[in-house]
Order: sequence, then C-alpha cells, then structure tokens
Amino acid sequence: MELGLFLAVLGAAIATFLAGIGSSIGVGKAGIAAAGVLAEEPSLFSKVLILMLLPATQGIYGLLVAFLILQGVGVIGGGAGEVSNLEGLLYLAASLPIAASGLFSAIHQGKCSVAGIHTVAKKPDTMGKALIIPAMVETYAILALLISILAINGIGALGL
Amino acid sequence: MAIVKMQRISIYALSKYSKDVLETLQRLGVMEIENVGIEDSVFYKTDSSSYSTSYMRSASLMTQAADIICEYVKEKKGLLSSLEGRTPLTAEEYEEIAQKNPEALDLAYKLSGYKKKITENKAKIIAYQSRIDALLPWKRLDVPMNIGATNSSKVIVGTFPEELSEEDIRLKVAEVSPETELFDVEVVSADTNQTCVFVVCYKGVYDELMTALRKIGLILPSSSTPNNPAQEIKTLESKIKKKQERIAELEKAIASCQGQLSLLRFFEDYYVMKAERYAQLDNVSYSPHTFVMTGFIPETDSEKLKKLLFERFGAEVELEDAEGEDVPVLLKNNAFAAPAEGVLLSYSAPSRFELDPTAIMAIFYYIFFGMMFSDAGYGLVMSLACGLALLKFKNMEAGLKRSLKMFFFCGLSTTFWGLMFGSFFGDAVSVIFNTFIGTSPPVIPGITTPIWFNPTVGSGPTTLLMFSFLFGIIHLFAGLTLQAVNYIRQGNFIYAVYDDLSWILVVTGAVFALLSTDMLSGMMNGFKLPAVFLTIGGIMAGVGAVIILIFSGRESKNPLKRLLKGAYNLYGATSYLSDILSYSRLLALGLATGVVAGVFNQLGSMMGNSVVGIILFVVVFIIGHLLNIGINALGAYVHTNRLQFVEFFGKFYTGGGRDFKPYAVNTKHYNIKEDI
Repeated sequence: MELGLFLAVLGAAIATFLAGIGSSIGVGKAGIAAAGVLAEEPSLFSKVLILMLLPATQGIYGLLVAFLILQGVGVIGGGAGEVSNLEGLLYLAASLPIAASGLFSAIHQGKCSVAGIHTVAKKPDTMGKALIIPAMVETYAILALLISILAINGIGALGL
Repeated sequence: MAIVKMQRISIYALSKYSKDVLETLQRLGVMEIENVGIEDSVFYKTDSSSYSTSYMRSASLMTQAADIICEYVKEKKGLLSSLEGRTPLTAEEYEEIAQKNPEALDLAYKLSGYKKKITENKAKIIAYQSRIDALLPWKRLDVPMNIGATNSSKVIVGTFPEELSEEDIRLKVAEVSPETELFDVEVVSADTNQTCVFVVCYKGVYDELMTALRKIGLILPSSSTPNNPAQEIKTLESKIKKKQERIAELEKAIASCQGQLSLLRFFEDYYVMKAERYAQLDNVSYSPHTFVMTGFIPETDSEKLKKLLFERFGAEVELEDAEGEDVPVLLKNNAFAAPAEGVLLSYSAPSRFELDPTAIMAIFYYIFFGMMFSDAGYGLVMSLACGLALLKFKNMEAGLKRSLKMFFFCGLSTTFWGLMFGSFFGDAVSVIFNTFIGTSPPVIPGITTPIWFNPTVGSGPTTLLMFSFLFGIIHLFAGLTLQAVNYIRQGNFIYAVYDDLSWILVVTGAVFALLSTDMLSGMMNGFKLPAVFLTIGGIMAGVGAVIILIFSGRESKNPLKRLLKGAYNLYGATSYLSDILSYSRLLALGLATGVVAGVFNQLGSMMGNSVVGIILFVVVFIIGHLLNIGINALGAYVHTNRLQFVEFFGKFYTGGGRDFKPYAVNTKHYNIKEDI
C-alpha cells in the first residue's frame, strides 16, 4: 500500500515540477525580451505581458494533473483508501504526458513568445498574429493534458 | 454580415475652397482619399511638404510644452484612465478654442524658455559645486591662495600627491637640497591622495627651495582666488542658493500654467490635424482656378456628402460604383457580430469577392470561448467588468470599445456554459456550505449541480470530448459551406460540389461508420448507431473520395497528373483528422478552468470553520480566482482565435483585402467630429 501511494504522489510531483520547470524557462526567456522592449516602448506593456504569459499555462496544466492525482488517491479531499502498487504505477504513468510535453513545449513556446515580443515591438498592429504563433506550440501541451486527464479519470473508474 | 458597397468619388471645386473641403472631409471621416494621377498642361500638383513639416514642428513644440508642465505637476490619472478616450468637441467649440492660437504659442515659447533657464541654472550650480569641492582642502588657509610676497619673504602654495606631515616635507627637502633653510612649512590639509601645504620662505632661498620642492613632487594649483578659500566657499554657496531659489521660482511659474495644459493639448491636436491636411494636398490636382480630388466612400454616405459639399462649397461631386482589386473593404455587421470584426481584421480583411464571414465566425467565437472558460462566476465577472466600463466611458476609442463588447458577449456565453456544467467559481458554493455552514449545499441548478452534466467526473470528460469533436465538425462544415457559397456567388456551382460537398460526404461518412462499430461505443456510454449506418457511411465516404480523386486536380490537363493530384488531395483527409482532434482543446481548457478553481477553493477552506479560516478563505478566494480568470481568459482568447484562424479560415478564407482607412481626425487628446 505504501509503495502504491508513494508512486502516485511521485507522479503528481513529476507533473508539477517538470511542467513548472518548462514554464519557468519559457516565461523567463519571454520576460527578458519583454523587459527590453519596455525600456524603449512602455506603452506596449499590456501586449508584451500577454505574450510573456503564454508559456505560463504548462505549469498550470502540471498543477492541475497533480491535483487530480492527489484527489484520486485521497491525499487531498480526504477519504484516502488503499492504493495498490498497480494503481500507483498507473497514476505515475498518467502524469508523464503532461510532465514531458509541458517541459519541452513551454521552453519552445517561450522562444516563440520572445520572437513575438520582438514582432510586436516593431509592429504593434501584428499582435493578433504574434499571439497565434506561440499558441501553435501549446497545442501539444493541451493534447498531453487531455491524455493525462482522461487517463486519471479512467484509473479512478477502474476501481483497482 | 456584409462588405459595404464602395463608390469611387471625384470632387471638383474652386481652388480657394480646397483647404476647407479637406477640413470638412477630415472631420466627417467618411472618405479615403487616393492620389489623383492627373498632371498635364492644365492640372498641376503643389508641393506642400514644407508646410506639413512646419506644422508638425509646431505640434511637437506644444507636446514639449505640455510635457514640461507634466514634469513639475503631477497629473491626476485614474487607474482606468486609458479607457477614457478622447474628449469630443463640436465644430463650434473647436472654432472657439482655435481663436486662442497666439496665446497658446506664447505659452509654449514661455514654457520652453523657463525650461531652458532651469537647465542653465542647474549647469551653473554644478560648476559652482565642483569649485567648492576643489577648494575644500584649502578651507583652513586663512589668507588668499595667491598671496605672493612681502618685502623679504615669499609664499608657495601647492599640493603633494601623497600624505605627508610637516616633518616628512622638511626631511625630504633636506635630502634634496641640504643647504636650504630659512623656510616654514604648514600643512593645511592631508589625506591619502594629497597634501595641501603653505610654505613661507626668505626671498633669497625662493628659487632653490622651489626647485627642491618640485623635485619631491610639489604641484602648483591650476587656479587661485583673490579671496581666502573659506570666504570663497561661502560666496559660492550663497551663489548656489540664489540659483536654487531662481529654479524654484521658475518651477513655480511652470506649475502655475497647469490650468493651460488642456490648451496646449488642444493645439497639439490642432497642428497635427493641420499637418495631415497639408499632407493630403499632395493627393489633389490643381488647375489655375479649380481643384480635383478622388477617393473611395461607402455608398451609404456618398449622397449625403455630395449634398453637403455642394451646399457649402458649390462643389461638383461625381459618384460611380467602385470595382477592381484595390478598392478598400469596409465591414458592416449587426451589434452582435460586429465586435468580432476585430478578430477577423487581425487575421486579414476579406477580399472584395468573398463573403464577410464575421457573423458566422462570431457565433462560433462566443460559443468556443464560453466552453473554454466555462465558469458562470467568471463569465459574470467578465461581462460585468466590460459592461460597466462601456457604460462609464462613453468616449472610449472605437477599437477598445469593440474588444470590450466582444468580451462582454464572451462573458455571457461563459456564464451559459458554466451553468450547463455546474461551475460557479469552481465548486465555491458547495465548499462554503460544507466548510462554514456545515450542511450539504442546497440544489441550485447551474450553480451547485450542472444543468447538462459535470465534465470533471465519471464519464463526463469523454462525453464532453465527443461533443467537442461534434462542435468542431460543425465548425469545419460551416467553413466548407462558406466556401461553397463563395463558389456559387461566382457562378461556379460545380466547384462547390467538387471541393466542399465531397469533404462533407467523406467526413460525415467516416463519422457514421465509426459510430456504428464497437470502437467508439465504449467512450459514448454504449451509444452505437445501427449497423446499416456502416454501409451508408461507407457509401457516402466512398462517393466523396471518388469526387475528390477525380475532380480536385482539375487544373491539370494531363489525366494522369490530374489523378495523382487528386490522390494527393485525398491524402488531405489526415489534415481533417488533426483539425477535428484540435477541438479537444475545448474540453482541456474547460477542465483546466474548473479544476484550478476547485484547487483554490480547497486551499482556502483548509483552515476549517474559524475566524482565521474565513479570513484565509476570503483572501485565497479573491486572489486565486482573479489569477485563474486572468490566465484562463488569456488561454481561452488565444485558443479561440487559433480555432478560427487555423481550422476555420483554413477551409475557405482567402482574405488579402485592403482595410478601408478613411481620411479622418487622427489626434491624441480631442476628437473633433461632425456628423453627416
């Protein structure tokens, strides 16, 4: 029982910190570019802020998956039941899509955000297009999130 | 839902009216002026760039003057001042203020004069200060530094670049020139970098003492004063004080002009408008007594403008329907769809030959945004915030107004979907009842229980996933239908069958076939179409595929090439698969909002039912939900745009039209507008 619980919590931890690392790097990169633009054009603050925040979502997806896992095994919300080794392993596996996808997509989305911030600095009118390009990268984080959520939901329903 | 019909307009009038006509057009803001290409023996162009530049200079003079005032007077600006927009002025008010032109110019020159004086005074203060700094080591010296000589003695004042005591100096002098005596050294000040000394000597030994002192490193001061240093420092300090008083006076004088700030702002706009008018003169052709200008105008305004120009200036106006590639595009939609025009235009304006898809797009836009944000509480917050801002700030800029209206509708849709899924600030009501009241929450449909189903529990996610795909397919089909309508409008009915109906058949057929097998029934709660749909679906998909195979490569004459092209296009079915899967973000982002909201509610309720617990809950509730609203509204906005731009527009939209940009008042602070 203890091992199963540990594996589940490990899954929650991996989802949170890997996606979180990705978002930190992505937002960090974009933040550096944003600060540079603001030195020249303070009026663009709201626009560069939006672009800068785009890679922040992966971290939240990781948090979300972690929360669902912790809730599934009863660490939060109470009602902690038996967690079999298999169930724990399954939760660990379910956390992997968002952990890995979140890590890499946030980093690369951050790079696109940096480019978008440069675009907006030169042509503020192109905001709509500059937003869409980083959003393309996020698609894969969303797909991973979806599979993680569906998997967690399915594991809960298995009643192991 | 339409592209406004444009007319080409030509205006002919007497030359003396040309500037007045331009001013009227500028205030009306209905006509886009294009360059008249007429230049011959009768018609000629004027070069007005020098006027334009000089007015721009006046405008920047006004801006600088206003900036000077703002530098010394804090302007009261609210948090929401960016929503306020420009102050509207009627033509009469405008004319009245415009009379004050000389006053404004005087004021602007006066202000820049003040500023210049302040800068000069500040520079002087710095110069005085550095002289004081140089004199400070000499402060203890109570005679002037250039005191020189008496009948039998001479004085040397100077510095050594090191720290020395009187003994040190005497020893060093003795080393270099042992015979020299009859002198006295006094150290005025000493630190590690320099030692200031005052030396008195007998006239006769002056030369040899001087040589000796130079050898051991004496440096004579570069400048000296007739007064003794302490006195000099005092004089300089009083001078600085005077300058500071002068600066304070000047600053006060500048601050007293605060009331005239609006005047300066007005004339900044006045000169910008004037400069732009003169810039437009380049597009006008003159003959000795008349002028001509041409451009584009929406049909709805053209007759009114014609009448107005004839009445005021006796101008002759010719109108004809505009055709061709370079005609600008203006969209007109009802109040529900118009706010989404901004999204369309941020992609591209439609070309003149296609339908304006704004109305169709707006419906999907609001629905998808609502599904991704999907919380009744968040939707209400968003709609209320946008609605209140729209009510409070009447003069808001058009673009901002449009966005806020769009988010208002998005908020309503969000509220709707929130009620459907039973999410109101996540599960806030249940948490409050369970934690602080201790009873199970009452059943309020939409707020504690979902009206439709809860997408976070049980089979909820898979059900919503299926519906997301269904909405996606409807969205894609809407795009294909719009392309079909465009083909039919251009008289290519058969193309609509080849390119659009064919894909609708393939996709529908595939969906029917899939739903009648066991593959998906597990995800659909056992829902399964009768087996006959497998045949029907297969036939539909087959017919569609054959049409695509044979006709989609129709541009190629070579039959083999045509078939190969058709086969390649049929391979595009994979892109339909990825397009449809892309709509799974409707589910994922919707869940993200709800679950994160739940996380904050749970965090807030952790301290249980106590005073501290309630305070914690309120704090976490406000901060957490604001954060969640911010990040998820951004996500919903970006991904709704993506679904429109990539999946929807990809099916039919060519775009590439030129946005109608009427010649209008383009100012920062005041909006001078006449209505037709």
